[in-house]
Amino acid sequence: MKPGSIAVVGAAETTRMGKIPDMSVIGLHADAALNALADAGLKPSDIDGVATAGENPTSLAHYLGIVPTWVDGTSVGGCSFMLHVRHAAAAINEGYCKTVLITHGESGRSRVGGGGRFGGGGGASLQGQFEAPFGPAGPPTLFTIPVLRYLKTYGLTREDLAWVSVIQREWAGFNPRASYRDPITVDDVLNSEMIAWPFTKLMCCLVTDGGGALILTSADRAKDFPQKPVYVLGTGESVETPMVSQMADFTSSRAFRVSSKKAFEEAGVSHADIDHLMIYDAFAHLPLYGLEDLGFCKPGEAAAFIRERNTAPGGKLPLNTNGGGLSYMHSGMYGMYALQESVRQMRGIAPAQVPGAKISLAQGIGGMFAAAGTIIFGNERP
Amino acid sequence: MDRTLPTPTPETAHFWEGCKAGELRLQRCRTCAESYFPPRPFCPKCGSREVEVFRASGRAILWSYVINERPRRDMGDKPHSIAVVALEEGPRMMTNIVGCPQTPEALVLDMPLAVTFETFGEIALPFFKPAEA
Repeated sequence: MKPGSIAVVGAAETTRMGKIPDMSVIGLHADAALNALADAGLKPSDIDGVATAGENPTSLAHYLGIVPTWVDGTSVGGCSFMLHVRHAAAAINEGYCKTVLITHGESGRSRVGGGGRFGGGGGASLQGQFEAPFGPAGPPTLFTIPVLRYLKTYGLTREDLAWVSVIQREWAGFNPRASYRDPITVDDVLNSEMIAWPFTKLMCCLVTDGGGALILTSADRAKDFPQKPVYVLGTGESVETPMVSQMADFTSSRAFRVSSKKAFEEAGVSHADIDHLMIYDAFAHLPLYGLEDLGFCKPGEAAAFIRERNTAPGGKLPLNTNGGGLSYMHSGMYGMYALQESVRQMRGIAPAQVPGAKISLAQGIGGMFAAAGTIIFGNERP
Repeated sequence: MDRTLPTPTPETAHFWEGCKAGELRLQRCRTCAESYFPPRPFCPKCGSREVEVFRASGRAILWSYVINERPRRDMGDKPHSIAVVALEEGPRMMTNIVGCPQTPEALVLDMPLAVTFETFGEIALPFFKPAEA
């Protein structure tokens, strides 16, 4: 914290206090937020950082119509908001965002509409009311919903999805720790068990057990450690909506676009500088969206880019070199494994090592196109 | 197994009451005229609390979907659509397409649809069916 560098410019509580049986939890958050915005003379669109506890920050941002470049959902009990203020101060000083909204709302007495956290939530959450009654049964039936619109928009077919799985299996073939290593064909993918049209089993990620961990310190201290340091060059984050049905554009992830743009700007590198790329592939369409939304391909051109082997072994942009969630492993929150592979590539110890790789980008996604995070790593200190 | 149903909140009650009355109700902003969904007591575009409820046309087109081959226990035992429709007024919503085979051949993107309601106890859910020519 740089003393005196950050100030509070808006503060307000909910319009009423005490017993408020006509407002749900997210409604109380929004009411307090709108009052604080009025106090500051701001509109929701002026906010670019969101922190909250007890409610999903993605839900809050979408409910208020905010496009954040910084999100904090740290939830450690009643002091969470003090931690949010501290984290916000660091974020503003670091340039992650300029204007942060921190909210609280709790229907402690009336118990109206709680439980909208992390895409699940009770029947009173927005997902519970406006998605769950129509039968979605987890990610294979939610993450996949935009894809037919994407394919139609760009004149693509299910074969284009299948190619993603086929080429990632090639990478997995190099990786002794990968769950699946045997080569597969486009026909294998299309003829595997139908899960949720247009998705077959081989277009969906694995379900496995595992874990990962990272340790970070300052670059100045890093040289005193036994392993070759991997430096963080740039970072980005954003959220869009907790409900896939409310994605603004079914052919593109706003969270991918906002998050990756911020990371490229922060790192001061261009797309041509990226030697190695990880794009969270819970399903076969995500590398297509990712390549386009991160700016490596123009809209609609990622499928041809993959089919023409640009991301395959020997290609100019090695992608998901561990085999990805489709073939390596996927325990549920795969982002950790994308980071681990980027670090291995930067240390020069990956099973499918990209020769001479100096910069790696790991793109993560959360929920069903709900959130995104981007980390750009380098193995030389800038 | 009983169908999973929504628990309306004070901010969404008008929508679910509308479904019971056979009306699809949306909200729009009096300040910027934006129609929006899902319900909330302020405009998600401009933040204004000056909003109103109105009856939507019930017309939509099929925007995207999946056909779930492994239905949830409360959804029966046959593959069924989980769809997103684009309402004539602009907003999109999740629903099921009913009144036609649950196949890629019968479910064609951009096909015109009309709202229909099915009652489950205290709740009526908005479904969409192919619109008559």
